[in-house]
Amino acid sequence: MAAPFGACPVQIGQYDRVVLGHGSGGRLTHELITQLFVPAFHNPTLAALEDQASIAVEGRGRLAFTTDAFVVSPVFFPGGDIGKLAVCGTVNDLAAGGAIPRHLAASFILEEGLPLANLRRIVESMRRACDEAGVTVVAGDTKVVERGKADGLFITTTGIGWLPEDRRLSIGAARPGDKVVVSGPLGDHGMAILSVRQGLSFDTQLLSDCAPLAGLAQVMLRASPSLRCMRDPTRGGLASVLNELAAASRVGVVVQEPAVPVRPEVRGACEMLGLDPLYVACEGRMVAVAPAPEVPALLAAMGSHPLGQGAAEIGEVVPDFPGKVRVRSSVGGDRMLLMLSGEQLPRIC
Amino acid sequence: MKYLDEYRDGAAARSLIAAIERAATRPWVIMEVCGGQTHTIVRYGLDQVLPKTVELVHGPGCPVCVTPLEMIDRAHAIAARPEVIFCSFGDMLRVPGSQGDLLGLRARGADVRVVYSPLDAVKLAESNPSRQVVFFAIGFETTAPANAMAVFLARKKALRNFSVLVSHVLVPPALTAILASGDNRVQAFLGPGHVCAVMGVSEYEPIAVRHRVPIVISGFEPVDLLDGVLHAVRQLEAGEAKVENAYARAVRPEGNPASRALVESIFEVCDRTWRGIGLIPRSGYRLRDELADLDAAHRFEVEGVQTRESPLCISGQVLRGLKRPADCPAFGRECTPETPLGATMVSSEGACAAYHAYGRHLDAGPAAERP
Amino acid sequence: MCLGIPGKVLDVRREDGVLMGTVQFGGITKQACLEHVPEVRPGDYVVVHVGFALSRVDEAEARRIFDLLAEMKALEELEAPDREVP
Repeated sequence: MAAPFGACPVQIGQYDRVVLGHGSGGRLTHELITQLFVPAFHNPTLAALEDQASIAVEGRGRLAFTTDAFVVSPVFFPGGDIGKLAVCGTVNDLAAGGAIPRHLAASFILEEGLPLANLRRIVESMRRACDEAGVTVVAGDTKVVERGKADGLFITTTGIGWLPEDRRLSIGAARPGDKVVVSGPLGDHGMAILSVRQGLSFDTQLLSDCAPLAGLAQVMLRASPSLRCMRDPTRGGLASVLNELAAASRVGVVVQEPAVPVRPEVRGACEMLGLDPLYVACEGRMVAVAPAPEVPALLAAMGSHPLGQGAAEIGEVVPDFPGKVRVRSSVGGDRMLLMLSGEQLPRIC
Repeated sequence: MKYLDEYRDGAAARSLIAAIERAATRPWVIMEVCGGQTHTIVRYGLDQVLPKTVELVHGPGCPVCVTPLEMIDRAHAIAARPEVIFCSFGDMLRVPGSQGDLLGLRARGADVRVVYSPLDAVKLAESNPSRQVVFFAIGFETTAPANAMAVFLARKKALRNFSVLVSHVLVPPALTAILASGDNRVQAFLGPGHVCAVMGVSEYEPIAVRHRVPIVISGFEPVDLLDGVLHAVRQLEAGEAKVENAYARAVRPEGNPASRALVESIFEVCDRTWRGIGLIPRSGYRLRDELADLDAAHRFEVEGVQTRESPLCISGQVLRGLKRPADCPAFGRECTPETPLGATMVSSEGACAAYHAYGRHLDAGPAAERP
Repeated sequence: MCLGIPGKVLDVRREDGVLMGTVQFGGITKQACLEHVPEVRPGDYVVVHVGFALSRVDEAEARRIFDLLAEMKALEELEAPDREVP
């Protein structure tokens, strides 16, 4: 058995920071892999140090396969870090399709000068997120770029999951009369990041919602046998997901704005900066569409899972204005909810 | 949130709408002056729930939109200098000059930063003594005290690496310009609540009297705006034309005397060109002459700014309430928030941008009905 | 124009000779300049625009509209409540 990660007394080489040699493919690279990555992601497939991971294929069904790059700044933020995000982001993309996530490959682009202690902390955080999600990192790669050519580190994760043959979810499957639910308050991740960004920072206890949703997704699938689709609302927030849904299913969507759960922290920050929470990213929330009769059981099941505590019904699918999303306000008027154009910028007026 | 939630309450809004319905016996055209008010109207769909007798037209109240092109080009020239950290409010970043916007400039290597407050720009200057920090000081009277405070503090701290590029605009001359134009349709104004929190209401009284137009100082939430409309309709129906304060929780009749005094010590009134409208005499602030050493326009010589506006754009007429965004043939086609052609599309508070953001361009056309 | 949001003053202090304070907006707090609202005390609400307090919120004035609405409602007792959502 390898020593438990984090307790390793061995310094990686003589350096406490990433140097270009860590990407040379030589001794330093080897040390980085064998002393940091392999013990952290401890599993026999990775430990074999082959050029490829070979994994067993399970029974009937299909493979789900996705990839995602992570460049978040700052790399440590309230409630998470780039490592946790890199696992959750890919796991959630698999989970949203109804797949059971199994294995990840992880590619690291490290900036020369990155403290190895930071890398260690990030990798350990990835490992914890993998444990929680029930996945293993079975392949990986490391490159080092000169100082100034990256922002600390970038991580790309690629994930494989198993999709049981009997379930097919699709963003194009929503039908008029279906309901839209969310698994909890929106915008925690985006606002937690903003709270520590230079120039716009504010004080808050708010933590990123970053979490692996594989377990919650399975609970949802069991509770709603005819569940149409799931999506995790990351960049572009709820607005992007609902617009994709409306376009793909050729239906309209009506959101009841007062029903959308938003924490007081996110609300306050959005009011102060003039931003709209419907466009703010989440990294641990699921949006789902289900037939109306299955919604009570779905919400009950979600509420019984730790990551679905704030689950709520927020709107419905309608036959009118196909391809478009409308938001009904507290005073009864409504507006079209478009996809975000560019990034949201704070406004003064 | 206290003082926000109760002013977004549906039941209160419905009571006010019913009262407006009872009060309005014929059609009235009311202009909300502020971009923030326009934003609320479109976001909450207030124009959809008001009786047909009340037509709301959108005013010139977006300082970002009306910042003259020449000033934006000047800002870009300064921001492009390697020694400069150029600080701006977020909504200014996407405003196009003759050659692209500040975001594009940043992509080409300029150090452009979004700040929440002008006081943050002062801090940035303190912590970057080897760089020149320039703050783009734009806004209406509301923003003037904060911008003046930044100048005051920089002076007090003797910061030699801080300067401001000032392009302030003032509301009352713009209202007068709208009312004085021959084709004016506006019969009453919802006045600018936060401007008046600073300046008070006295400047609006001569306008109301001279032009026989009710001016109701209003807040920014749905209940505030509906209350403002109710007051305006009652005045119009009674043939009155006076200034009323429907935002008294934040606006004192005299405004904020300390803010006014600071603003007067830092800025002086000047003529100002408004993008989309043109030159309005005595409608802006500039730094006082004795503060010229803090003026970025002096510190960084900018030569030969050549401006070019799109010939398609009708934003001047939109700003004066003569046309609606959808009346423009370029709206939603050549002109979008990503590729704005003129003043009212450039900032999220501009009437065209607000209409676009909330999908009004998609409502009317045949595309909305197509299955 | 001029996004101004009411926030609750939590504390007040002098910084470089300028009155500053911690102001709470919903679940977050932000430092704001209170120099031009020197009368405020912790617990008061101020309208903040770009980190600068423009005025103190007057509680009595804030209530007025809702008192008026309550009166209007009392006068309209005959009218059937129209609460349906379209």
